[in-house]
Amino acid sequence: MRSMLFIPGNNPGMLLNADVHGADAMILDLEDAVSPDQKDAARILVRNAVRALDYQNGKLVIRINPIGTPFFDDDLQAVVPLSPDYIMPTKVDSAEYIKALSEKLDLLEAECGLENGKISIIPLIETAEGIENAFAIAKADKRVKALFLGAEDYSADLHAVRSKQGDEILYARGRILNAARAAAIDAYDTPFTDVNDEEGLEKDASLAREMGFTGKAAISPRHITAINAAFSPSKAEIQYAKEVLEAIEEGKRLGKGAVSLRGKMIDKPVVDRAKRVIEDMLALGLGGDDE
Amino acid sequence: MNKRAESLGAAMKKAGIQNGMTISFHHHLRNGDYVMNMVLDEAAKMGIKDLTVQASSVFDVHQPIIEHIRNGVVTGIETNYMGAKVGKAISEGILDRPVRFRSHGGRPDAIEKGRVKIDIAFVAAPCADASGNANGIYGPSACGSLGYACADAKYAKTTIVVTDYLAEYPLSPASIEETDVDYVVVVDKIGDAAGIVSGTTQITRDPVGLKIAETAARVIEHSGYLADGFSFQTGAGGASLAVTKYLKPIMKRKNVSGSFGLGGITGYMVDMLREGYFKKLMDVQCFDLKAVESLKTNPDHIEVSASRYASPGVISACVDHLDAVILGATQIDTDFNVNVHTDSNGYIMGGSGGHSDTAAGAKLSIIVAPLFRARLPIIVDRALCVSTPGNTVDVLVTQRGIAVNPAREALRKRLTDACLPVYDIGELKEMAEKITGKPDDIELGERIAAEVEYRDGSIIDKIRCVK
Repeated sequence: MRSMLFIPGNNPGMLLNADVHGADAMILDLEDAVSPDQKDAARILVRNAVRALDYQNGKLVIRINPIGTPFFDDDLQAVVPLSPDYIMPTKVDSAEYIKALSEKLDLLEAECGLENGKISIIPLIETAEGIENAFAIAKADKRVKALFLGAEDYSADLHAVRSKQGDEILYARGRILNAARAAAIDAYDTPFTDVNDEEGLEKDASLAREMGFTGKAAISPRHITAINAAFSPSKAEIQYAKEVLEAIEEGKRLGKGAVSLRGKMIDKPVVDRAKRVIEDMLALGLGGDDE
Repeated sequence: MNKRAESLGAAMKKAGIQNGMTISFHHHLRNGDYVMNMVLDEAAKMGIKDLTVQASSVFDVHQPIIEHIRNGVVTGIETNYMGAKVGKAISEGILDRPVRFRSHGGRPDAIEKGRVKIDIAFVAAPCADASGNANGIYGPSACGSLGYACADAKYAKTTIVVTDYLAEYPLSPASIEETDVDYVVVVDKIGDAAGIVSGTTQITRDPVGLKIAETAARVIEHSGYLADGFSFQTGAGGASLAVTKYLKPIMKRKNVSGSFGLGGITGYMVDMLREGYFKKLMDVQCFDLKAVESLKTNPDHIEVSASRYASPGVISACVDHLDAVILGATQIDTDFNVNVHTDSNGYIMGGSGGHSDTAAGAKLSIIVAPLFRARLPIIVDRALCVSTPGNTVDVLVTQRGIAVNPAREALRKRLTDACLPVYDIGELKEMAEKITGKPDDIELGERIAAEVEYRDGSIIDKIRCVK
């Protein structure tokens, strides 16, 4: 998934059109977008929206309130029967949090007649403690398929000033990414919060992609096109990847041990990267020959 | 000769205003217009009854007309567009004689061919000289083009220019020429600048509108019409204007040099002219101050009359040269007939304007509309009013997919080949109804509130009063 779009769980108009903006995933939000006195209403609205609208154009993620709040159990009760692709727990700071969540999911899935493990987890890590425990969180349960950095709460926890260029979250980005890749799962970058700064968004998304993130969340539908573009292989990358794989094939055919392209040795990391680019290209249905 | 009249009332007396006359107005001052209300108030004071108001548009600012209808001062309205406030009163049956709707092209044709006879034309002029040469580019009420007033000034028995900014003779340029003007009146103010044009026209920030606009731009890209010499018209509102935002980078990438932009002109189209995307703008109506300024200063920004813009009765008109037009809809039916006259409950809240003219003229007419508004689906079995016939509509673009008129099979194939989300219009209708349900039919009254005259002069539909 390149893009994950936040949709406030208490906004019927946005829920109605949640899946038209081209996001690879929608995050229906029961947490920060919803004030405490509206939690129950949002839960009902999200449940009815998912049942009635049957979102087909993308993965379904539901963000729930943190463990230890009075909303956590009610959220799970309401959300599991909808069989979302992912549940996004919030303020995740330890492996124990994930284990506790996974146990609850085991029970609720059984109650709802869902296959065990059907619902995956994308923990939202947004505290200093959570960042330090990122690898343990990633490895806490097989349901965990990705880590997601929430930079707003995290920088507040650090006593840092949140900036557009994001120097204050560089460590967290690196830490999350390394933990996720070490656990062989995906990593998602924090949203860019200025909805009117298209240039800033493009820079921020490119940085995240170059660092190695799988994709990025968005708080505005208007950010989706740019994020998708940033996390899709470019025409030049696809071309290069094709050349790499062709050169390797050619080398094999000629029985060569070492193969070079454009004057540079092609070693295993280059080949692996080329394969990933081609896989992404096929998954996204990009031909790489138009535009 | 001295054409000056000391007051509006004096000018009306000189023009011989009488019961039963047809008096005309243009709508360049839009929702800031004072002139129609001033004239009707004056007529009421003079005890005049039974007037037919022949106005290119009636806006919400013209609400006082409702009182004049109640008092018998006005007994008929002919117009191309009617805002929701007056429209509601008309739909409730306040007027005995049905309103006659025309289009921006059909109206000047009816005037020029004599199907409409105007006794007195009142031309609100932001700037005029004492002989009646007038334009819309100078003065505190500057509105830009005066294109909709041209036929009125030329063909009315008597033409009165009403201005609040008197210039030295001879005023140049003259959108209205002295040869057609009988009297000139100077008043304090012809309008409220804030309601005439906006400072800048903002592109919508509604993500659904933007999604629709982006898809519409891709429809143009893959339609086969986007090539050097491309000409384009779009409206100022909602998703329509936003199409230009997405079309611009496509034109740049494909290195397309456009020919002209047409219609109501916004600052956005002015930018495209300046940046070389189009060579000319043909302007029948300015929507914002940037457009007014450009019309004043840029020789490639050309003022055109309503007749040259869109009349079906002239040898050729601008719309006949148009490649693509983006249009709105309150309803579209499964035969692609479009309603822009009434809302989903049958209340009058609009009118064709140039809708049916540009749809008929353009090689590619694209309707942009959300799949539903509030709880009501936009695609229906039968539009409450046929404003623009389906055989002139090519593509519908919604946020969940597009539909191509079955008569345009080659176009459908092009768009399908480009991997655009093409559906049958019935499938889009089902998609909407799956969410909204199918609303009950609206029950309307028996009385006719308005008749819609198509641009060729035939009656294309009748709008019934609401119950």
